[in-house]
Amino acid sequence: MAKAWKFGHDIDTDAIIPARYMNRSEPEHLAAHCMEDADASFAKKVQKGDIIVAGKNFGCGSSREHAPIAIKAAGVKAVIAESYARIFYRNALNIGLPILECPEAVQGIEAGDEVEVDLASGKIENKTKGTTFQARPFPPFMQELIKAGGLVPYVKEKMKNA
Amino acid sequence: MGMTISEKILAAHAGVDQVVPGEIINAKLDIVHANDVTGPVAIKEFEKFGVDKVFDKEKITLVPDHFTPNKDIPSAEQSKILKEFAKKMEIKHYWEIGRVGIEHCLLPEQGVVLPGDLIIGADSHTCTYGALGAFATGVGSTDCAAGMATGEAWFRVPESLKFVFHGANFQPWVSGKDLILYIIGKIGVDGARYKAMEFAGDGIRALSMDNRFTICNMAIEAGAKTGIIEPDEITLEYVKARAKREYKIYKSDPDAQYEEIYEFNSAEIPLQVAFPHLPENTKSVDEASGIKIDQVVIGSCTNGRLEDLEVAAKILKGKKIHPEIRCLVFPGTQQILLEAMRNGWIEAMIEAGAVVSTPTCGPCLGGHMGILAKGERALATTNRNFVGRMGHPQSEVYLCNPAVAAASAIRGEIVHPREVVNYG
Ligand code: SF4
Repeated sequence: MAKAWKFGHDIDTDAIIPARYMNRSEPEHLAAHCMEDADASFAKKVQKGDIIVAGKNFGCGSSREHAPIAIKAAGVKAVIAESYARIFYRNALNIGLPILECPEAVQGIEAGDEVEVDLASGKIENKTKGTTFQARPFPPFMQELIKAGGLVPYVKEKMKNA
Repeated sequence: MGMTISEKILAAHAGVDQVVPGEIINAKLDIVHANDVTGPVAIKEFEKFGVDKVFDKEKITLVPDHFTPNKDIPSAEQSKILKEFAKKMEIKHYWEIGRVGIEHCLLPEQGVVLPGDLIIGADSHTCTYGALGAFATGVGSTDCAAGMATGEAWFRVPESLKFVFHGANFQPWVSGKDLILYIIGKIGVDGARYKAMEFAGDGIRALSMDNRFTICNMAIEAGAKTGIIEPDEITLEYVKARAKREYKIYKSDPDAQYEEIYEFNSAEIPLQVAFPHLPENTKSVDEASGIKIDQVVIGSCTNGRLEDLEVAAKILKGKKIHPEIRCLVFPGTQQILLEAMRNGWIEAMIEAGAVVSTPTCGPCLGGHMGILAKGERALATTNRNFVGRMGHPQSEVYLCNPAVAAASAIRGEIVHPREVVNYG
């Protein structure tokens, strides 16, 4: 059962993974401290397949790819936010962490609600409340990148054809 | 149709005559940059491409500055990955401890980043180089890896916002830091999300390069893709002494399109302090007056340049730092440190009771060399005051310029510099 974890606006990369843990970069190490400065119990309680729901400008601050890596390695299936900071948005897709932009869903989901997300269609279902939402689709260039499986395979493919 | 400086640089690097905001382009890069935190992750991704060399060993910069001199074994391992990669790939722009500095102070100083360049860096404050009239933006490690392999990156051409400062008659002690904090206070930490912030007007043209770097450095704090300033004589004078390759000057057309133009009267902007826990929580220094602090940090890629040290040293000279205050000074580069030393500024600061460190990011990101305990409060010339940024999640960081920081270090609480020194 996918449970929603709710956070506010402007959740920054220092809250997602504090720099004090960035002397190392293994995903498991980062996952153990994921969201620590926003909710110290998150990393211990989060279950595989859970979803993060947050306000506007999620992931603002540093360019650290450690942030989406920490979230992905913590088992989070997707992030739903009202909007994202630019570098985080790029990084999340580049490393294969699905992120959806949907202000209505953020309004309509409370902490602990059971939520199902269909990444292909962008459909978000709040099973606890019996409501559904439609996330904004990815821009075309991102769809292409996602189709390739992220930036690394995308570039690899391009370099082969060059 | 006219283009902005940002659009012109992107168009030139994409090999087209014209670009418009919203368009996705693929463009050639002049510099691809990473540090000791983001570099190792980028190198790991780079290795997945299965190529045995970087696109151009002269166009990659690797700067070990965040946890160096290495603070512990894990950070030493990260630095080692960077160093070995630099050696194996014969990267020209790699600096060892003793010559290295904080990336965004070092690369302009060394003439490695130049006007007209298109630059990506695996560090969000890469936007600093916009002060030279370059288009520079922060990316993650995977984008950086792809850039190192191919020399290209995709961009969404950003809308431009223009911030015009009228008049060079700033209030005493007001600096580039106050202008950018003032803007962020007005538009918020996502007020320029995905956009290019262009700074203009006779107020900006009156500023030194050091102040311009500070302004562009914090564009990311408003969510921007970059901050940028058209080159002028001041830019050229700075660059001429340093550049070892050709560069190109771009300027915005008079009929360039801006999504919005903000205009300010320079004389009206007071000294700024950003309250915890966001850079947008700005107030005038008088409204912050009397807030007790435990630590003062002067330095970082925002305010660790020569003029910043000069202002702080001149305030501290002949005075004593408050007995309960720790005042930490972090020069941006070895050259800055050396020049400050020759000018007697380091001596003045040490005599006042400050500690002067080797160039490193150190406490700016809560890395090392000045971490806050639970409940402690710092006043810093850095760029971020997020929860836990400088240490314990229940510590606090206030942001300000070097003059306010130095004066407050003497008083033990936030004060306007006029309370501590006679302005004359
Ligand atoms: S000084 Fe601070 S903001 Fe600047 S690069 Fe270092 S950690 Fe980042």
